[in-house]
Amino acid sequence: MSIGNVLLMMFSAVLVENFIFAKFYGCCPFLGVSEKPDTALGMGMAVTFVMTVSGAVTWAVYEFLLEPFGLEYLKTVAFILVIAALVQFIEMFLRKFIPALYSALGIYLPLITTNCAVLSSALLIVQNDYSFVEAVCFGFAAAIGFTLAITVFAGLRSRMRHADPPKAFKGFPLTLITAGLLAMAFSCFSGVKL
Amino acid sequence: MNKYLKQLKEGLLDNNPTLVQLLGMCPTLATTTSVENAFGMGLAATAVLICSNLFISLLRKFIPQQVRIAAYIVIISGFVTAVELLMRAYFYSLYQALGLFIPLIVVNCIILARAEAFASKNPVLPSIVDGVGMGLGFTFALVLIAVVRELLGAGTILGIRIMPEAYEPMVIFVLPAGAFMTLGFIIAAVQKIRNTAEEKKRLATIEENRHLKQTHEETNEEEEVVTV
Repeated sequence: MSIGNVLLMMFSAVLVENFIFAKFYGCCPFLGVSEKPDTALGMGMAVTFVMTVSGAVTWAVYEFLLEPFGLEYLKTVAFILVIAALVQFIEMFLRKFIPALYSALGIYLPLITTNCAVLSSALLIVQNDYSFVEAVCFGFAAAIGFTLAITVFAGLRSRMRHADPPKAFKGFPLTLITAGLLAMAFSCFSGVKL
Repeated sequence: MNKYLKQLKEGLLDNNPTLVQLLGMCPTLATTTSVENAFGMGLAATAVLICSNLFISLLRKFIPQQVRIAAYIVIISGFVTAVELLMRAYFYSLYQALGLFIPLIVVNCIILARAEAFASKNPVLPSIVDGVGMGLGFTFALVLIAVVRELLGAGTILGIRIMPEAYEPMVIFVLPAGAFMTLGFIIAAVQKIRNTAEEKKRLATIEENRHLKQTHEETNEEEEVVTV
């Protein structure tokens, strides 16, 4: 794959095949941690960091451990363990060496283990047979798409804090309907063929 | 026996994992484009939930407290892999339609939440019943959403045409935007029902208190008459 193709793939992963609005990967943090724009951005950054690194690590695990021994069917178990260990490791590493980034991402890091966006990007990389560079670029781009979605959504939600909806719609239903409207806006990318 | 029926009802209605606890949103939004997919997804997750609850409950005295989450995830992902292989062997079209969402059952919060909140603290039999109740509750919610989406978005249910020929399908309901909105309106309806039920209960207790007070006053009056 040439550089142009990699760039197109990244563009497509950010907008056309957006993880939230086209694929529904990572909806739990998207709906849960989007009350305020700055916390949403923090979560997005943490996800970007973990997804880029986990893209590289799970690619290596699959290529050098699972495939040579014919253990492809264990990929779900192996990937979730790698991701859990990686999150723990990144947390320890950041606390020791980059305390500023650690305090910024701190509380969001442990939540990422059960974020299905991370696991699904690892599985998609294997499914699409990406090379190492493509795997890292795909993980990064998909995470940027997630960050974009959650930050825009948090901006919308912070505007609605003072709205006065009917009692039954208060809280989660209104959040979902707002997400639906935003998904409608994003669906204009779905026709784009790259 | 009664206790178990109550537990089942709890999972299916009162404490429905999707509609009341608001857990496991990714599969709920993604696999409800058709009733068939929703039913398949619900049953796959139910199978994993029952097995994982059973095993976590059996092992609850042996799993060290510090690494329990990791242990739960390993147990759950083992069963997910088994379900994935079984589905590939026996329900290939469903396996293809659900795609990545079968391995993603591993990170479904409902399963981890039940492991942590119930199976790790309770004996085997109640844990299995809890798995059945919560799993069926999840399936019920998925099918409910899928019925609305498939009916409005394609005019069919389980592929059989329900709407008249003249009905123009509202494609938005099978697109992602429709998923968010349908779920939003259904949860709003559930909240409305719960609000009304709570209000009724509150009014009933007020009424009861007033009644008690009245009878109390009446007896007092009678006593007064006697003394006079």
